[in-house]
Amino acid sequence: LIMACLSRWEREYIVSGVNEDFRTDGRSCKDYRNFTLETGVVSNTSGSAKIKLDRTCVVVGVKAELGVPTLAKPSEGRIEFSVDCCALATPEFEGREGEELGSHLAYELLKAYSNSGCLDLSSLAVIPGQQCWVLYVDALVLEWGGGGVLESLSLAVVAALKVTRIPRLIISGEGEEMEFEVSDNPHDVVKLDVKGAPVIITLSQIGNHFLVDASMEEEMCANAQLSVAITSSHSIVSISKDKFGGLLYSKLQDVILMAQEVCTDVFTRIDTSLTDNHNKQRLST
Amino acid sequence: MAGIEYLSPEGLRVDGRRPPELRKLKCQLGVFEQADGSASIEQGNTKVLATVYGPHDVSLRSQALHDRAAINCQFSMAPFSTSERHKRNRGDRRSEEISLALRQTFEAALLTELFPHSKIDIYIQLLQSDGGNCSVCVNAATMALIDAGIPMKDYVCASTAGYIQDTPMLDLNYLEETSGGPRLTVATLPKSGKIVFLQMDSRLHQDHLEKVLDTAVQGCRKTYTVLDSIVKDNLKNLQHSFAF
Repeated sequence: LIMACLSRWEREYIVSGVNEDFRTDGRSCKDYRNFTLETGVVSNTSGSAKIKLDRTCVVVGVKAELGVPTLAKPSEGRIEFSVDCCALATPEFEGREGEELGSHLAYELLKAYSNSGCLDLSSLAVIPGQQCWVLYVDALVLEWGGGGVLESLSLAVVAALKVTRIPRLIISGEGEEMEFEVSDNPHDVVKLDVKGAPVIITLSQIGNHFLVDASMEEEMCANAQLSVAITSSHSIVSISKDKFGGLLYSKLQDVILMAQEVCTDVFTRIDTSLTDNHNKQRLST
Repeated sequence: MAGIEYLSPEGLRVDGRRPPELRKLKCQLGVFEQADGSASIEQGNTKVLATVYGPHDVSLRSQALHDRAAINCQFSMAPFSTSERHKRNRGDRRSEEISLALRQTFEAALLTELFPHSKIDIYIQLLQSDGGNCSVCVNAATMALIDAGIPMKDYVCASTAGYIQDTPMLDLNYLEETSGGPRLTVATLPKSGKIVFLQMDSRLHQDHLEKVLDTAVQGCRKTYTVLDSIVKDNLKNLQHSFAF
């Protein structure tokens, strides 16, 4: 996928800048760019969020629908991810071209959330073995100029899950005759327990140094990328390596420490944005 | 579907509008920097994003036309856009139909003879669906094309109209569209009054056709006024930033 073309001199400029801990936009290797997070952008959903990180824009909508639990886990709800790389981002994604990339990104998200500590899926069970809530998390990649798509996706998913509200169910009967009723009151809703939701931080290796939040041009100069999914309590839930270069084993520890440092800042920013959004919505109603 | 009063005795519709009233239209130009032109439109609760890439080279030699630019349109719906989640975003029959309709509409409006051997891509994404999908898409595409600076004969303004409880109604929302009554979608070039797109669903008696068509065309003119004022405001802001 070629979205930026870099000449040899631009590449050298970026690499030599990184060596001095001074990137092209003036950031240091550990600085995360500013992003704007908006929630409640789509009203048909149980929760939604839109993130704009430089020239990358992602919209995530969460819909909670009743479904059947898996046979392996009858007393738990389910979560399903889908990522649609829209043609809006680039004409190369027209038709079915963006599907492979979309399913790769969805798989990365699923891996990050497959840990039992991330989401309390047992709270989503309705009637064990018969009915449960299924959370469909659908993401649309609307723009891709600024790099960091997987990160933006994970940030938007965390924000959307935090604002998701599921209608309360009134369960009656026992055993075979269990029935449930969806509460009529639109304000009678349940929040999800998302304290363990992870954020994916991508670290790119340029030369001998690691960068956080690489822009499109920096991603093109990187020879290896490590995507680490971390929760707010600094637990690592998934790691995956991308690109064709190799990573030095001795550097791995430092890299993970860097990711943990950055994630605290990121989670604080998410919470601030969510509070701001909440206040704005309260003022407007 | 018993029980829904589409038109109250005081003459108000389900969302409080009068029959010839348009829904509130909000529009922003240039929402994406990556694309050549982009626009985001909100008409009532229907939200649509449109981007335009072009005119640029064709990817396949066979697509190139010797005397004009080829127009390519793709319409896709977000899975969460409707109240029931649907998995198939694009490639299904309805999306293909709307894509084709949009392509034919803009072939009539764009000055494609100025760009032979090239291609103009128009991509539309529906984020939230609440009636009038096709017409809001046309409006969004018009604004994106204007933002991209592609020469056009005129704005292409679209509107829907229906006939419920013996009253012609303008700009139907989802509830009114699914009432089973007729639905007419019209797109016009406002200055000349020419109709570039016309589609009608369901049954409508010949006697009422003129009234409903008239309502729809009036709606297009009202849409044109709103869209034109947005474009002119945008231009004024640009002028200020260039300190004219």
